[in-house]
Amino acid sequence: MKYVNEKDINEEIKWAQINTDILQSLQNPRKAYWIAIAVCLAMLSCAVVAEVYQYQTGLGVADLNRPHMWGLYIATFIFWIGMSHSGTLLSAILHIIHADWRKPIYRFAEAMTTFSLMTAGFFPMIHLGRMWNLYWVIPYVSDRGIWPNFRSPLVWDAFAITTYLTSSALFLFIGMIPDLAICRDNVTGWRRKLYTVLSLGWQGTDRQWRHFRKTYMLMACFLIPLAVSVHSIVSSDFAMSIMPGWHVTSFPPYFVAGALYSGCAAIITLFILLRYFFRLEEYMTVALMEKTCKLTFAIAMVWTYLNLVEFGATWYGHDPVAKEVLISKFVGPFAPYFWAMMFFGSVLPFALAFEKLRRHMATMMVVSILLNVGMWLERWMIVGPTLSHAYAPEAWNFMWPSIVQWAIVFGSFGWFGLLFLIFVKVFPCVSMYEVKEMVFHRRREAHAEVAEKFHRRAADVQQATGRPSAEGA
Amino acid sequence: MMKKKYRVLGLFSDFEEAFAAIADIRQYKVPGVSVDDVRLMSPIEHPEIEEVLGDRPAHVPKFTLAGAIFGITFGFLFLASAQANFLVQPQGGKPVVPLPSNIVLTYEMLILFGVLFTVISFLLLSGLLFGKKETLYSEKIAVDQIGIIMELDEDTFEPLKALFRQHKVLEIREEVIK
Repeated sequence: MKYVNEKDINEEIKWAQINTDILQSLQNPRKAYWIAIAVCLAMLSCAVVAEVYQYQTGLGVADLNRPHMWGLYIATFIFWIGMSHSGTLLSAILHIIHADWRKPIYRFAEAMTTFSLMTAGFFPMIHLGRMWNLYWVIPYVSDRGIWPNFRSPLVWDAFAITTYLTSSALFLFIGMIPDLAICRDNVTGWRRKLYTVLSLGWQGTDRQWRHFRKTYMLMACFLIPLAVSVHSIVSSDFAMSIMPGWHVTSFPPYFVAGALYSGCAAIITLFILLRYFFRLEEYMTVALMEKTCKLTFAIAMVWTYLNLVEFGATWYGHDPVAKEVLISKFVGPFAPYFWAMMFFGSVLPFALAFEKLRRHMATMMVVSILLNVGMWLERWMIVGPTLSHAYAPEAWNFMWPSIVQWAIVFGSFGWFGLLFLIFVKVFPCVSMYEVKEMVFHRRREAHAEVAEKFHRRAADVQQATGRPSAEGA
Repeated sequence: MMKKKYRVLGLFSDFEEAFAAIADIRQYKVPGVSVDDVRLMSPIEHPEIEEVLGDRPAHVPKFTLAGAIFGITFGFLFLASAQANFLVQPQGGKPVVPLPSNIVLTYEMLILFGVLFTVISFLLLSGLLFGKKETLYSEKIAVDQIGIIMELDEDTFEPLKALFRQHKVLEIREEVIK
């Protein structure tokens, strides 16, 4: 109860101070930031070595063979696609419903979306074995007389992910233009040149703001159904097959809930890291952290429910092969990973229900990482057991992924981390103009009489001139 | 003799004063100066202060609609023409151009082109891509000040400055246009 009146942000903070604090974060991170960069580089080099080795010796070193034609590569592809969902989706939803607490944290969440998608995009290419043949999936008039099969969810995937990557990168960029102008006006050297080009000459005129407002809202409206459709389509890669354990009608919402869940957990992790790296305690406040945790908890419960629905439907359905796969998850060789997934995904989130734990950054850091371990296991438990226990019992086996697969998966986290860390060093990870809006409106709410005066004046003007206001018109 | 024309920028410390100054202009307190000539520059998006400027158009949604319609049409025709041309593919008794599965990609194209048209129209209509930029821009606007910018002739120049001062303008910048 003692935290009831805690504010999301200090509304008395001066606008000039906001600029100073955020711009300083671009110049002056803690040492831990550079250590994180080094760790990411080391992780990435593991993947590069493994990938080169795979090219030299062939895909056999990844142990991808019948019946395991999809291994960790595709499981991790789904994981990264899922991770991308929270950023844009939450930013768009919270923008549409005018939840202003999103303002200090949405920028890095959107960046997370873009970089997760860029990471995910690598996995189908790596899985192909010959990256340079990627253009075969692009629909063009082929000299072999073959057109892509537009009825296949795998082609839908390519279209959906390209659309999502384009739209979310544009959403991120458009939302950043006013801040890039602030950067342009306050820095020197190469940064000034970069921001001058990227800010497109933004001056904050009423014409620019008017069009900006409409554009941002329209893009948010597009991105919400887009994000839902993208992960539904990814789920179709599985659900539209007739494989046991995959042919499940609840897969699309299950995938979307899982995507939101892992994305929210990642937002918590990155929130804590950025808050520490760039000394942003004033903007990434504990109150905002609490809201994000509550949201994650709610989504965790949706995910748990959809899991139980899936188990129930399979258990009480009349498909003995699907039931066999389910039993193999419960008590078979995948059981330790399955129960770890259930623990991290459904039991551990209860830590988010306790105020004391939610407010403890180190605990939340560990919990959020473990939640994502659970969500990664979930993807592996989708791909692995079905392929191990499909229709031909003589082919039943348990396959432990090869070191090459592990190294590439491990390195993908380094790649994502590297892109993200470079982004937050070059571009402001907290939206300056939106934090200004937030404190402006919060201050006005706190001083209701000022707001009243404002509205009265607007009404006076309309009465005196007889002209309709922009809003009224 | 031809009258001189000026461009004036008044910088205000808060929205309250800028709002009041525009409201006075709107009530014709400076003869010969209309609110339609006022351009506002601000560090944040502020629909309420734009309200006092009157009804100014933003046609982005029309382009968005056009983009969405184009996306549906192009998306479906692209898929259908590819499917119709792929003669060797066995259809297994299914239609050559199957509507249910084409809905998915048509939907994606609707969104893609809707977003692209929205962004392009924003860049064009807000003057970011090819528009003329204000020459009297102040970097303080990116921090915490609100600018009112107008073009007027020498008769109305001084009264406007007086009005700005009355509303506690922090700084007035001016330039002769011709």
